[in-house]
Amino acid sequence: MPRVVLPLVTGLLLLAAWWIASAAGAFPPGTVPSPPTVALAFREELANGRLVADTFASLYRVAWGYLVAVVLAVPLGLVVGRHARTRAALLPWINFFRSLSPIAWIPFAIIWFGIGDPPAIFIIFIATLFQIALAAAGAAASVPSVYYRVAEDLGLGGAAVAFRVTLPAIMPQLVTALRVAIGVAWMVVVAAEMIAVQSGLGYLIVDARNGLRMDLVVCGMITIGAIGIGLDALFARLARIPSVRWGFER
Amino acid sequence: MMLELHGVGFDYGPLRVIDAIDLRVERGELVVCVGPSGCGKSTLLALLAGHLRPTRGKIERNGSSRTIYQDGGLYPWLTVRENIALGAARDTKKVGEWLELTRLTEFADHYPHQLSGGMRQRVELSRALAAETDLLLMDEPFSALDYQTRNRMRKELVATLAERPRTVVFVTHDIEEAVQIGDRVIVLSPRPATVRRELALPAGRYRQPAAPGVAEAEQTITEELGL
Repeated sequence: MPRVVLPLVTGLLLLAAWWIASAAGAFPPGTVPSPPTVALAFREELANGRLVADTFASLYRVAWGYLVAVVLAVPLGLVVGRHARTRAALLPWINFFRSLSPIAWIPFAIIWFGIGDPPAIFIIFIATLFQIALAAAGAAASVPSVYYRVAEDLGLGGAAVAFRVTLPAIMPQLVTALRVAIGVAWMVVVAAEMIAVQSGLGYLIVDARNGLRMDLVVCGMITIGAIGIGLDALFARLARIPSVRWGFER
Repeated sequence: MMLELHGVGFDYGPLRVIDAIDLRVERGELVVCVGPSGCGKSTLLALLAGHLRPTRGKIERNGSSRTIYQDGGLYPWLTVRENIALGAARDTKKVGEWLELTRLTEFADHYPHQLSGGMRQRVELSRALAAETDLLLMDEPFSALDYQTRNRMRKELVATLAERPRTVVFVTHDIEEAVQIGDRVIVLSPRPATVRRELALPAGRYRQPAAPGVAEAEQTITEELGL
C-alpha cells in the first residue's frame, strides 16, 4: 500500500506547490504554464487525437530500435564474454561506441537514412546496442566455471551450452540491463524525433516550443514521464519470472 | 578396473600442482583422497573427470563420470525436478524415482536457492546418480554443511550407494569423513600432490568412531599429514 500511496502523496504535493507558485505569479509570463493550462492542453490534444497518435509513433520507433539492438547485442555480448580473444579485440571498441552520445550520430542518421522513421529508429538502436552488449558480455564472462563443467559432464556442447547454460545464467543481470536500456531508449526518443520526423512525442515538444506553447511542452513531458514509469514497471516484472528470480533472491 | 593413473602430473603454467600419481580404482570401490588444503585435490578430480588433460602421464577410465561439487553445481534457474531431469536424460519415471529415493518429491518444484545446503547436495547426488554413469567424483561435497547435516549426508550417501552401487572417488580434507565412509584412503602430500600413503579400511561403510581400526586409521592419516 505505501508503494502506491506515498508516490501519490508526493505527486499531489508537487502539483500543489506548482499550482500555488503559478497562482502567486512566481513565474514570469510565458515561462511556466499553470496546471489548469496544462490540463486544458491535455484535453485539446486528446480530443484532436494527436497525443495518442504521437505516443504510438514514439512507441513504434522505440520498439523497433530497441528490439533490433537486443537481438544483435545479446549474442554479441555472449561471444565477447565467453571468448577471451574476441573480448580483447572488441571490448574496447564496444566501450568506445558506448561512450559516444547518441546525439553525435544524428548527422549520420540523416545522411544514411534520410527522413521518416528510420533515422529515429537508428538513433534509439545505437543508444542501446553497445550498452546491452557490454552488460551481456560482463555477465557472460562472470558465469561460474562449474556450470560449464557440469554441462561437459552432461554432454552438452556448442549451441546447447549457449542456450541452456550461458543465457539462463546471465538472465538476472541481462534483465536488469534490459530495464536500464529501455529507459535510455525512451529517453533518447525525444532527441531522435527532433530530426527528420513530423510525429511522436519528441516532435510534439519541438513543435510546441516553436509555437511558444509551453502548456503543450509540459503535456508532452508528462506523457513521456508517465510512459517511462509504465515501461520500467513492465520490465521490472521480468525479474519475477521464476527462472530469473533466483538472481534477485539469493 | 574402473580407473587407472600412470605417473600423472599436472602443471598450471610454471606451478607444479600434481606430480607422478599412480593409482588404481576398482569397480564399485569408494576411494577417499585426503590432503592438506590447496594440495591439488580438486585438480586431481578435474583430471579424472576429463575436464583437464594431464601434463604428464596417462589416465585410463572405463565409462563416463559425473562430478558433485562442494556447492553451486546445480543450475539455479532450473527446479529440483529439472536439474535431476538433466542427469536422467529427461526420463520422467527415473526422475520420479530419484526424487523419492532422496526424499525430495515435495520439493520437486523448488529452485536450488529455496533449499537448505543439505537438500541442495541431495539434489546434486540425485542428478549425478540418475545419469547411471559408472564413476562418481565428489569434490568435498559436504564440507559447506553443518556438522549434523554432514553426518546425515554421509549416511545417506552410503545408503544410496548400497542401493545403486557406483565407483566413487571422494575428495575431502576431513580425516573423520575419510575413515567413516571410504573403502580405501589415499593420503596426498602438500603441493605438488603425490600419493604419500594408501590405507585399506576394515570392511563395511559408515563406520562409527569406536569401530575396530577406525581410531588407528585416523591416527595414521593424521601423522602422514603431519598434523
